[in-house]
Amino acid sequence: MLESVLQTLIFGILVGALYALAALGLSLVFGVTKFLNVAHGDLLMFGGYASFWVFSLLGLDPFLTIPTTLVALVLIGAIIYRVLFIRMVKLTEETKIKNTLLVGFGLSVILQNLALRFWTADDRGITASYSGVAFTLLGVRFPLVRLASLLTALVFLLALHLFLRRTYTGKAIRATVQDWEAATLMGIDIHRVYFLAFVLGAALAGVAGTLVAVNYSIEPSMGLNWTLKALIVMVLGGLGSITGTLVGGLALGLTESATSLLLSNNYREVAGLVLFILILIFRPQGLFGTKEA
Amino acid sequence: MSKSKIAGIALLVLAVAVLAGLPLVIKKDSTLNLLVIVLLYIILASSWNILGGYTGQSNLGHAAFFGIGSLVTRQLWIAGLPFALCFAAGGVSAIGLALLIGVPAFKLRGVYFAIGTLALAQILNVTVGNILPEMSYNPAIADYQLVPRYYLFLALTLITIGAGYVFVHSRFGLGLKAVKEQEDAAESLGVSALKHKLLALVFSAFFAGLAGGAFAYYHVSYYLNMPFSPLWTFDPMMMAYIGGTGSVIGPIVGSVFFVIIKELLVLNVGEYHLVIFGTLFILVVLFLPGGLVEAWQKIRRALSHWTRTQHRDMAPTETR
Repeated sequence: MLESVLQTLIFGILVGALYALAALGLSLVFGVTKFLNVAHGDLLMFGGYASFWVFSLLGLDPFLTIPTTLVALVLIGAIIYRVLFIRMVKLTEETKIKNTLLVGFGLSVILQNLALRFWTADDRGITASYSGVAFTLLGVRFPLVRLASLLTALVFLLALHLFLRRTYTGKAIRATVQDWEAATLMGIDIHRVYFLAFVLGAALAGVAGTLVAVNYSIEPSMGLNWTLKALIVMVLGGLGSITGTLVGGLALGLTESATSLLLSNNYREVAGLVLFILILIFRPQGLFGTKEA
Repeated sequence: MSKSKIAGIALLVLAVAVLAGLPLVIKKDSTLNLLVIVLLYIILASSWNILGGYTGQSNLGHAAFFGIGSLVTRQLWIAGLPFALCFAAGGVSAIGLALLIGVPAFKLRGVYFAIGTLALAQILNVTVGNILPEMSYNPAIADYQLVPRYYLFLALTLITIGAGYVFVHSRFGLGLKAVKEQEDAAESLGVSALKHKLLALVFSAFFAGLAGGAFAYYHVSYYLNMPFSPLWTFDPMMMAYIGGTGSVIGPIVGSVFFVIIKELLVLNVGEYHLVIFGTLFILVVLFLPGGLVEAWQKIRRALSHWTRTQHRDMAPTETR
């Protein structure tokens, strides 16, 4: 009994770190630009496919496909920003959130159907030579791939943290989050900041996609589910803090694995969504951690 | 009554007469099935529009009402109750669900309402799939006839559009517009935003629920959670936007346009219709908030402006 509880805990943490990484890009983009890009899950799906193809065509180690995936998603993100989202920069906050949500839905439909045409509806996954390897500690299994994924997620969380805290550009991004008007007056080019945040968000979605392809499987219609997961984590963890995103991800991961231990694996998703709605209802304004709340 | 209004009514009567007479002429099931799909989309897009278009609350959980209506109707019908009763029960159950989730959901403003309703519909989608995973077969499969199903959809479409027209042109409809423009200002004038939004939701949900019931009557076999799929929200929402939200005719135009585009593209370029439709949807959101209806009005205005200036330019030469 104790062992299965421990195992649940460990799996919750392992999957929770992945959820945090999946939400990190969405949260960054929303925090900086107030764009609610609901096509985030579809960008994640494209990241998964980018890694899948590099892995199966070149035979690289799955974790070494991350750099090419980053480049691919930076390009896709840049195109999407330049073509679509740049047109919504100047809207008032409420209209901006609503319109980016709608445009995001349209984009999600487009990306999903393009993926369906290019790569068919088949489930695909990345199976590395060491995929089955796991070691056991105190009767608890630690699959090697999941540990490597945890490590990858933590590295990217930390890297973003350091980028925002230690670099001049990071400082400009944080200044824009605090008060974009004041930031403009201080000579910060907020168009560049928005572009940078959006592209970084897409790249982070891409890495998360790689990890999803390694740990689970990918298919063209997976986007909505991952967008929902990212939204749940964002709401759980509050906005603008990387620590908050990590905590939110772990909370969702633990909730899900506790549900599958106590109830049934079929209700994992439901538990997260119920948690999400409860928070939305009982903290109506403060969810995204705005100052006015 | 103005000339254009008479022409409009004449056109409407003609359209209804043609649609009602079609099954007498067309014997091909595939054509009737296509028409049923168009009618279903018109009902869903029009009912979505009551809340989404007139109050500006993006309801991303419309599929929940469609789903609950189809689930209740189908299960009661399979249990042996007369269909009319099951059909009514489907609509009532959608109202029940709307009342249940309406009050807490409307505590959420703007985008929180949108993602909250999306999450809610997904909860129902997954839960129904877990509890009732088996395929559901139409109880009338032995003597299945398409024509009465077509007429049910046609009647429901006309009632939805008619009731929607009356609803938004009533005193209540004005209140809805006020809530959409400026919720706080409307409240300060004594228009209860919650009451208006709740009634619009109930109205919208009721017709989506009835559409679910008609779907349960029509469809031969499907998984019971299929009508809860988010596609039943997203497609009608895109249709309403492309046709033009906030007008009665917009969702109808959008639905017909969607199915025509789909049929044309499937013949020529395969399954790219959703890519094109998604692109159109984005274009409308970015550049043409009134949809195709607004585009048409703009073209007409430009044309009449053009003919008038032509006339004026010519006038002096005539008098000279």
